Amino acid sequence: MRDVSLTLETGDCLALFGPNGAGKTTLLRMLAGLLRPSDGSGSVAGVTLPGGAELRAAIGYISHASMLYSALSARENVELSARLFGVRDARDAATRALERMELVDRADMPVRQLSRGMQQRVSIARATVHEPRVVLLDEPFTGLDDSGSAALGAHLARLRATGTTMVLVTHQIAEGLALASHAAIMRAGELVRSEQGAAIDPVEYLTIYREHVTHGA
Amino acid sequence: MALSTLSAALLIARKDLAIEFRTRTAFFSALVFALLGIVIFYFAWDPTAVAPIDLAPGVLWGIFTFSGLLGLQRSFGIEQADRAIDALLGAPIPREAIYLGKAMANLVFVAAVQVIAIPAVELFYGVPLFEHAAPLALLALLSAIGLVAVGTLFSAMAVNTKLAEMLLPVLSLPFFVPIVIPAAQATARLLAGRPESEIVGWLKLLVAFDIVFVAACMLAFPFTIEE
Repeated sequence: MRDVSLTLETGDCLALFGPNGAGKTTLLRMLAGLLRPSDGSGSVAGVTLPGGAELRAAIGYISHASMLYSALSARENVELSARLFGVRDARDAATRALERMELVDRADMPVRQLSRGMQQRVSIARATVHEPRVVLLDEPFTGLDDSGSAALGAHLARLRATGTTMVLVTHQIAEGLALASHAAIMRAGELVRSEQGAAIDPVEYLTIYREHVTHGA
Repeated sequence: MALSTLSAALLIARKDLAIEFRTRTAFFSALVFALLGIVIFYFAWDPTAVAPIDLAPGVLWGIFTFSGLLGLQRSFGIEQADRAIDALLGAPIPREAIYLGKAMANLVFVAAVQVIAIPAVELFYGVPLFEHAAPLALLALLSAIGLVAVGTLFSAMAVNTKLAEMLLPVLSLPFFVPIVIPAAQATARLLAGRPESEIVGWLKLLVAFDIVFVAACMLAFPFTIEE
């Protein structure tokens, strides 16, 4: 990655678009403290990268992989995360997180028995049980059908309404822009376009995106 | 409120054991392997040529080594399936806690296989293992610590490779040798009724290797898992 410069304020949501291999996931993993940058500088939630336990405590990371243990129940997965993040009353916190995702009635089912959409909601509950200041989402809509995507979009909108800062990597322009206060396009490790504005027209932006990605404008 | 290394390790160990208790895949595979190994050696054994107290220690520790590998293989495999390892790495806990938690769960796993395999060796080979229950339990514990310390580290290293199932034994077995030799030697002397002084030396060697392996592997672990 090179020449990537970004600033987000508390409560902002950045939708990051780009073709496969553009460096979106790499950027997200650096912000999450999972990948050590070889050069450059940055800070997330006031902590200088690559950060340590303090940075990780402020972040919730969600990817297209569920990051769940399929043999454990939804509640056990979320409660484990709460305990690892040192949340007081981890069991209650897990129940509240599952309630927010409307999963209480499925809380004691093993994750392997849940649909892909439900697993993704459990994954959000797991990543937000400690009420992180920053949530990083890596292609959370992958593998979901239209209704699953719409439901997930609604859950993420509610999460955003709580004032959580979000960075959302996705290939789905409309869903991403519906949540975003900022939008950016990455290509070949570079940030080639970035803009601010809650009312970016998805159709117009799709044309711009194709121009940047296909023709390298 | 940040967790201590030990508290985080206990959480991870408890989680691993809960998963194994529900699926039981690794435990039953290891157990069946151990019992089959004991039976096969038994039928291949000529009691008129080799005395049972000469054969049993080798069978015992050879079986533990290879059956333990089956559990160690799964240790980080369960983290890879849905990238659950990223959730562990994203938690505000020391990296060493992940290693320690995995090693604790693996230790329980290996000990559980030993608890069933040791009576099976006594049954098939007629060696008086239970007469030496206390020193044998100490030997089993010390050797399990060494095997698990090394195997857990190499399981983390091998799991990201395409040849994980082959790589783990290839990496681990040379490091198991300094554990298996003292364990087998001490067991042989125990069964032969040799004086305590002949056994203590092997036990000290096991303790020394355990300390070195646990310390070195815990220090090396964060480097194997960081990107």
